[in-house]
Amino acid sequence: MNTTLNTFSTAALAAAAFLVLASQPALAQQKLDAAKSEMVFVSKQMGVPVEGKFRKFDAQIAFDPKKPEAGKVSFTIDTGSASFGSPETDAEVVKPVWLGVVKFPQATFQSSTIKALGGGKFEVAGKLTIKGSSQNVTVPVALAQAGGTTTATGAFALKRLEFKIGENEWADTSMVANDVQVKFKLLLSGVPAL
Amino acid sequence: MTPRTTASRYHGLSIALHWLLALVLVGSFGVGLYMTGLSFSPTRLKLYNWHKWAGVTILVLSAGRLAWRLVQPPPALPARIQSAMPGWQTKVFHATHHLMYLLFFAVPLTGWAYSSAAGFPIVWFGVLPLPDFVPVDKALAEMIKPFHELTAFALAALVLAHVGAALKHQFIDRDRLLGRMGIGPV
Repeated sequence: MNTTLNTFSTAALAAAAFLVLASQPALAQQKLDAAKSEMVFVSKQMGVPVEGKFRKFDAQIAFDPKKPEAGKVSFTIDTGSASFGSPETDAEVVKPVWLGVVKFPQATFQSSTIKALGGGKFEVAGKLTIKGSSQNVTVPVALAQAGGTTTATGAFALKRLEFKIGENEWADTSMVANDVQVKFKLLLSGVPAL
Repeated sequence: MTPRTTASRYHGLSIALHWLLALVLVGSFGVGLYMTGLSFSPTRLKLYNWHKWAGVTILVLSAGRLAWRLVQPPPALPARIQSAMPGWQTKVFHATHHLMYLLFFAVPLTGWAYSSAAGFPIVWFGVLPLPDFVPVDKALAEMIKPFHELTAFALAALVLAHVGAALKHQFIDRDRLLGRMGIGPV
């Protein structure tokens, strides 16, 4: 009885595993080289652009430039890895009024549609979730390929107050602008040729 | 509106610049002393920016003032005051003014350099982005910081000496020195 059940469940697992693998062909090999990639944000404080970055992030990518509409991109950022490069500011940005890292350790992006604009340019629409709030965003991405590495660059602006980044006394946009520029350069391996 | 230039009174524009600079300098020094002790807050951010804007304003006004001084040199001390001063006082009087002018430039410039090196470019009144004349470099910023502080305190000491000497002339020597700067009779 036990043996039969075990055999059955093993077979079921194998079948399930096969189905999962079969549904993700060669694209499952795509990887982000996080160490060489950059995720930068620029916020304006009383007109002064101040640049920060995320040190830790990862992506799951299944994307064929020839079939962009079938592509899927999801992105995860460790909010606790945000840094402006000064210990004083870094200690602030993790606090509940800003990124609230303890309660919201990760920010995510999940693509919904990818559109080719031609010339290696794409438009990735999807849902950006930071600090428990989700917004639909459209991110322009340019791809360049060299020696098996695909470099994806792009930039977009988000409104920090839509994600409650900077609450209470910090909600004042005359002090810290609502618009935050996000710029990225991602090095990917395994992306099929353009 | 501007008082007439008499033999021993400064030109009206010189007097206006003197008192305007006095106000901005004292205000900026006071804010500078206060803001460094604040914890991270909008108030701190505001005061830091105001301090920087004031510093650049001091720089610009001082450049204008120096140029104007060349066009319209200050009137010589009245003979009655000059003859009453021992030689060392005349020397100290000139030295103080030269040093103050030097510091009107040195203090804002070290502050500007410190801000740039620390990665916070100055945007004058939140509108005009100023160039960075030093690279963004935290170690360099830490090196510049004490110079900004030191020159600011040196300027504060000179201002105290300047004010003290002026008051001594006015109230102890009773030589109506302040009249030259537009206060009371000449």
